[in-house]
Amino acid sequence: MTNLLLNGSPARPGRGQTPLLEVTDLSVTFPQRGGPAVQAVRGISYQVHKGEFLGIVGESGSGKSVSSLALMGLLPSSAVVTGSIMFGGRSLLDLNDQQLSRIRGREISMIFQDPLSALTPVYTVGDQIAEALLLHDPALTKRAAQVRAVELLTVVGIPAPERRARAFPHEFSGGMRQRAMIAMSIANDPLLIIADEPTTALDVTIQAQILEVLETAKNLTGAAVVLITHDLGVVAGHADRIAVMYAGKLVENGTTQEVFAAPHMPYTIGLLRSVPNMQTAGTERLVPLEGRPPSLTALPRGCPFAARCPISLDACHETEPVLLVHGNAGPAGMTAPGTAAPGAPVAGLAEAAHVAACHRSDEIADGVLTRPDVFPRPAPLAVAHREKDQDAQPVLTVTGLVRHFPLTKGGVFSRQIGTVRAVDGVSFSILPGQTLGLVGESGCGKSTTILEILEMTKPQAGQILIDGRDVTGLGRAELLRLRKDVQIVFQDPMAALDPRLPIGDIIGEPLTVHGVKPAARRARVAELLDLVGLDPQMADRYPHEFSGGQRQRVGIARALATNPRLVVLDEPVSALDVSIQAGVINLLEDLKEQLNLSYLFVAHDLAIVRQIADTVAVMYLGRIVEYGPVAEVFARPRHPYTQALISAAPIPDPVIERRRKRVLLQGDLPSPTEQIDGCNFRSRCPLYALLAPQDRSLCESVDPVLELHATVQTACHHVEQNELAISASLAGREEDLVL
Amino acid sequence: MSLVEETNAELGSPVVPLPPQPLGTEVTPPKKARSRGRLIWWRLTQTSRFWVGAVTIAVILAWALLGPLLYPYNATGRDPLNMGLGPTQLHWFGTNGIGQDLYAQTLVGLQKSLVIGLIAGPLGTLIAAVVGSVAGYMGGVVDRVLVWCINLLLVLPSFILLVILSPLFKGLSWVFLTVFIAGFSWMIMAQVVRSQTKSLRDRDFVKAARYMGVPMRKILGRHIIPNVASLLIIDATLGVVAAILAETSLSYFGFGIRAPDVSLGTLLAEGTSAAVTRPWLFVFPAGVLIVTLFAVSLIGDALRDAVDPTSGVNRD
Repeated sequence: MTNLLLNGSPARPGRGQTPLLEVTDLSVTFPQRGGPAVQAVRGISYQVHKGEFLGIVGESGSGKSVSSLALMGLLPSSAVVTGSIMFGGRSLLDLNDQQLSRIRGREISMIFQDPLSALTPVYTVGDQIAEALLLHDPALTKRAAQVRAVELLTVVGIPAPERRARAFPHEFSGGMRQRAMIAMSIANDPLLIIADEPTTALDVTIQAQILEVLETAKNLTGAAVVLITHDLGVVAGHADRIAVMYAGKLVENGTTQEVFAAPHMPYTIGLLRSVPNMQTAGTERLVPLEGRPPSLTALPRGCPFAARCPISLDACHETEPVLLVHGNAGPAGMTAPGTAAPGAPVAGLAEAAHVAACHRSDEIADGVLTRPDVFPRPAPLAVAHREKDQDAQPVLTVTGLVRHFPLTKGGVFSRQIGTVRAVDGVSFSILPGQTLGLVGESGCGKSTTILEILEMTKPQAGQILIDGRDVTGLGRAELLRLRKDVQIVFQDPMAALDPRLPIGDIIGEPLTVHGVKPAARRARVAELLDLVGLDPQMADRYPHEFSGGQRQRVGIARALATNPRLVVLDEPVSALDVSIQAGVINLLEDLKEQLNLSYLFVAHDLAIVRQIADTVAVMYLGRIVEYGPVAEVFARPRHPYTQALISAAPIPDPVIERRRKRVLLQGDLPSPTEQIDGCNFRSRCPLYALLAPQDRSLCESVDPVLELHATVQTACHHVEQNELAISASLAGREEDLVL
Repeated sequence: MSLVEETNAELGSPVVPLPPQPLGTEVTPPKKARSRGRLIWWRLTQTSRFWVGAVTIAVILAWALLGPLLYPYNATGRDPLNMGLGPTQLHWFGTNGIGQDLYAQTLVGLQKSLVIGLIAGPLGTLIAAVVGSVAGYMGGVVDRVLVWCINLLLVLPSFILLVILSPLFKGLSWVFLTVFIAGFSWMIMAQVVRSQTKSLRDRDFVKAARYMGVPMRKILGRHIIPNVASLLIIDATLGVVAAILAETSLSYFGFGIRAPDVSLGTLLAEGTSAAVTRPWLFVFPAGVLIVTLFAVSLIGDALRDAVDPTSGVNRD
């Protein structure tokens, strides 16, 4: 085999020739005993050309994963697959498993969402990559395979690849495992790489790295990539074409520019408008896309999106629209070359055109129906005119909070071998009616911080004041009264609601603690359900009967039951589908205004934090590295870590996304057990790498503390130099906005 | 793999099937808000297994209690004219070698076995639930002490212990036997409950309750125990079975129920030797025992599905 680094010629997608992959009318059905079959995929057709990057976007349950598993022949044997899948002139559906195995891994390779379960824990990473090579190339010697494995690990940017090749998967971090998976997938120079949500389980900074690696891998091998994701931001920056799936059907397919600039299908419009955008967040309200996709066992007649579609006609409930070319042209220069006549059904030939499945797409394409017509932006927040008392006492004040976990070894005579510095001196405060956004990668101590606050026990060091009262040394009754003021909404609404209790009991639970009588409790539950936009009649239903967004509303209703002053929101929308997030965020904003609540909003999604927070605190390895008003921090991030976080967050706009400059972080979050002298961000700091040696010594020896710069507190020794760097990158970004 | 989740989301059919409702649309509301207890009862009554089990058990209980009143012979009296006879119109289940009526004996034995089984089984489960959940929830020193106790009881051979203690308790009634059986049957279940509690304790809804200030007793009663209820119910059901079987074997060796008391155990013990020559001595008590245990198991199974709609037959 030739050297991988030499043979890849990144040819741009050349449309017009025979496509590499041609999926025609593919349907996947899972028959069920004693019930209607699950129609997971219903007649989708698309093509992927050599070297093309296709993004398939859809909510969970839209059939996007099932369709690509069908491609790989990895569906359970009970699945009924019809249609045709042509790959390189062969029909994949007609091949038996043995023949498919020869194609899998060599010509088509797959990258899975969870890299830990995709790697075998008992073999070294190097061995696993070598296995992939040996399997498809019997002529290769074991030694040569090992050498290639190391080479591949170098390609995907794993530091010290010789050593790492001998490591086991559990010794790798999530990001490194995904890199190893990519290395394995490009090992045999595949023609097609299918990546199924490759970055969903990863942090935003790691996600940016992985997408870069995927792009590199694609360019090196010249392979086509099918990226399956729910995140429009991820595809905006990388994909050439985008296919949008809904309820097992393709509802829109076009080039990235076409789909983002002029979507023709209301679902796509809704998705695009509901996603919070870092550029606009905080200035306007999000557009909610309510409801949930229909059950795949009981699809309604007509368009499956009709029930959620604000512009549905009677016809939409009668017949299901097919993919058609709509309108005369998009904006000049954006039309695809294989232009088909408007209204012509797509019979494989005119596939290159921008197609959408909607009865009213023509009106949308011709500009009769504009995007705001389809999904109007809700009225701006009715800001209650309260006396905003600037001298008001903070609802929550945390000073120098510390939480270290001892790391012990040995069973009987355990001894301490280290300390996990989960929270290492964190201070912040929240004023009434204000929202503090706590941001950081996983493992930075966000969750430990809020758990310490909610436990209301004596912290290891530091002080927690709620309404000016120290939580340590309070009696039972006083503590109970204090608990009334602080409530929490958890990340995963399914885990946070006891599945054995009807939601009325769940919401009323905090009231039982405070001895509210059953009749009063029921009245309050009805009131709360109404408040969060659910039908009070639903009180005796069980959590599993609700959709994700509704469950999270139940969680919010419970948190509000005792009329708290502070609600801790622990990633309240990250477990929800994109289309539902906007509705929940809007609800939280409304409630905050109506009830004068304060929020402690923990999140890793910066766009959402920017949307909802007044103040933001960026955490890194148990410390707050930047703390200040949200607009200022986002506009002028002073700490290199904040800068990297903001630039790593994808923006669902291909024009901005492709042109903006990125500050990519090196490597992963170091282990919190490590004792790092000086600044603990040093190992990944892009600024540190640029500094002069005398400036570096300061970072190496002195631990930076938060210092006030304008209105923002930043823990960095070289903020001045940083600002120079930012102004350069900012100039670049503003330029992008103009373009 | 996401495929499984996606399809499961569709397959996880709720017991009360309701079409997915878009947010805010009106649904046909149930007439009245149902309490949890009534909902369980409602679900229970929907299953045919429950009815079969319940009716059978009701018939058996009524038979065991009322049967002796409607029958001319008692369990201890002898009929010297009809010794060792098979079933006749006079002696429905036949008689044993010394002329005692087997039908009367079976009824009395059934009473005793039912009482011991129905008390000892659930009692053991109750101990397991309390000890297991407290140990698992509190952790630390309490946990260690309780686990130590569990392990100690597990390594003690209960049968030999009873044999050794048996002279001491000679004068005591069957109540001692019941407590003894319960006291040695809870440990393994307590371990299971403990480990379940340990994982439940870190679930968000338990955390939520803790942060609301719900006291431990209530958290255990409201969130932990109901979430292991399906296990407990199965255990209690099997406990009844196991307790009756334990009583049988103890009685067989003469350490359980003693003369003049009779239980299904002693009857079976006596009947086994004659199973081939005089099958009615064995077949009737054994048949009654099997039907009883089967009915109890059916009820347990139906209850589990009613308490926990996500378990058993409803899970795919």
